[in-house]
Amino acid sequence: MVDIQPGPEVVRLHDVSKTFVVRTDNTLKDRVVGFFKARRHRRTHTALDGVSLSIHAGTTVGLLGANGSGKSTLLKMIGGILAPDRGEVLVRGRIAALLELGAGFHPELSGRENVYLNAALLGLSRAETDARFDEIVAFAGIEEFIDNEVKFYSSGMYMRLAFAVAVHTDPDILLVDEVLAVGDEAFQRKCMDKIRSFQQEGRTIIIVSHASGQIAELCDSTYVMKDGSVEFEGDAQAGLSALRDILEGRRAGESAEIETTRRLRVTSVEALDGQGRPTDRFVQGDPMTLRLGVTSSGPVTEWTIGFGIDSPSGQMVLGSSSDRLKLDLDALAEGESRHVDFEIKELHFGVGEYFVNARATDLDGSESDVLWQGALIHVVGSESSLGVVDADISARPA
Amino acid sequence: MTVEDRYARLAALPMRPVGGRRTLSPFGRVREVVEHRELLWLLTRRDLQVRYRGSALGFLWTLIRPLVMLLTYYLILGEVLGAAKGVTNFGIYVFAGLTIYMLFSESVGAASGSIVSNGGLVKKIYLPREIFPLASVGGALFLFGMQMVVLVGAILLFRVWPDPFGLVYLLPSIALVLVYSLALGLILSALNVYLRDIQYLTEILLTLMMWGSPIVYSWQMAADVMQRFHLPAWALEVYTNNPLTLAVLGFHRALWSGGTAADFPHDLALRMGIAGVVGLALLVGAHALFQRMQGNLAQEL
Repeated sequence: MVDIQPGPEVVRLHDVSKTFVVRTDNTLKDRVVGFFKARRHRRTHTALDGVSLSIHAGTTVGLLGANGSGKSTLLKMIGGILAPDRGEVLVRGRIAALLELGAGFHPELSGRENVYLNAALLGLSRAETDARFDEIVAFAGIEEFIDNEVKFYSSGMYMRLAFAVAVHTDPDILLVDEVLAVGDEAFQRKCMDKIRSFQQEGRTIIIVSHASGQIAELCDSTYVMKDGSVEFEGDAQAGLSALRDILEGRRAGESAEIETTRRLRVTSVEALDGQGRPTDRFVQGDPMTLRLGVTSSGPVTEWTIGFGIDSPSGQMVLGSSSDRLKLDLDALAEGESRHVDFEIKELHFGVGEYFVNARATDLDGSESDVLWQGALIHVVGSESSLGVVDADISARPA
Repeated sequence: MTVEDRYARLAALPMRPVGGRRTLSPFGRVREVVEHRELLWLLTRRDLQVRYRGSALGFLWTLIRPLVMLLTYYLILGEVLGAAKGVTNFGIYVFAGLTIYMLFSESVGAASGSIVSNGGLVKKIYLPREIFPLASVGGALFLFGMQMVVLVGAILLFRVWPDPFGLVYLLPSIALVLVYSLALGLILSALNVYLRDIQYLTEILLTLMMWGSPIVYSWQMAADVMQRFHLPAWALEVYTNNPLTLAVLGFHRALWSGGTAADFPHDLALRMGIAGVVGLALLVGAHALFQRMQGNLAQEL
């Protein structure tokens, strides 16, 4: 997320619908036979159903949803690759679509030839490509192989070159479909830096991704898709928790209903550093305090509270709770708010991003309230190891 | 560019509709293709570059095939079956006919498969899709150019100078072939996405069209045969007014020295003119049809 004022509207969808006809007959014989057996071979699938949305310049928008919810179709619609059956798609400015890296690469051509070809496919003129050529090759880091045919490239080199070309076009709107996880860690960081500089330059980015870490980090707003319509619209944190609700099979209405009847609710999750200041950046080995806030809408005599820290892929890395730590909490009066601190003396996590979830349980009514992804923390530090835990490692000949 | 500049530039642009079927007028579509001419050039070059990559003889293959065809037709049809008797400079005659015919067959054949073979791009990136059949025609033009070099070389070598006045037929013949190839290429390339049989059907029809045009025999022979079988006069008219036949006749008129007035139908220029106008109308219609179909190409692939 970058502090830039949103500019004029650049994408507007008005009541857009798209239905696919899935046919299983693709030969003349099937067609002729099928002609008499009326439409046996046809199934329809509604990919988008009356979607309306508006995106402004300078914002980064995430399209979320389960597989098959229509988010990629929506992206293709904005890119002009698919035509809407109903409704209208309006855009302005230059669009570059990173829908699949290297779609235009030809294995028999050299890296150099492919750069020119792919740049032209993404709308760059020859003169513009000439001007950026060295930068593209340097970004991909494959200077010495640029005149080799790309069929001899490793898949990492191939993807790096494709990504380098794509980000060096000069789009006002960049459409990204699950392609930011390219190459090794160093290159991924380079990609993210490039995306951030795109944001600084007031470009609009529309991302389809399943990596919640990326969404949380990059997006100003999100649209959560379900069965072809926009189910939820809001900022990244809210969007991710709406997505989680959908993935867990809950409807938005249901969770709202439960919320009102719950007496005990988690209201906040805050990460504090050793001096008690809020932060989201921790060096390995630092202390971290998680301050969880709860509020009650009725008297609660017995309750517990806990947290769970997840990696971006959803795996729990660390968790604990007041009952595990043998902490007795005083009863809550109606309408009372309270905070509980969990102190972690040394944070030995691997470098990366983590989500903090919090759960409060009302033991009287056996009800739990969970605040998913209440905070996002970044752990920085030594590059000497991989994985979600940090350890003191050394190597020597045995 | 600062953020403010970008916003100001964007705010000044109108919101343009994308993806819809009637979003652009035919002129708008043509302009879009013209704007992508650099890409068209690159795609044409890519198809040619890739074609003989890794083969030792490379582009010589583009000449070997027509030369072998020439040799077989010359020997078998010309000398063994006697077709050469009625035609002076039979070798030049056959090679000229093959050259212009191959421009047509290469264009239409490659164009019909072009959208399917570039499916990866069509599905991933928005481009005016006309570019793919156009690039096929561009590639065919290049091969045509190489054969022209051989043809002109042969004319110089054997000192069989064509009638200088006939040369005015050269460019109209090529233009006629291009207009019809493009029209057919556009329609077939899009249809082939819906029905893959089109590609194979096209190959067969192209072979038939070769024998249906005066390439390895003369127009005079065809006219004689029709007379012998007492076919009505319109049969010859139908045969003659086939645009490919007209183009071949025009090409012969331009580059083949052996022709006399009896070797060509009367009013060849007029016939070619009419075929040209019909071809242009067909091209406009084909483009409209292509536009209707192109909105759904990405999902049909």
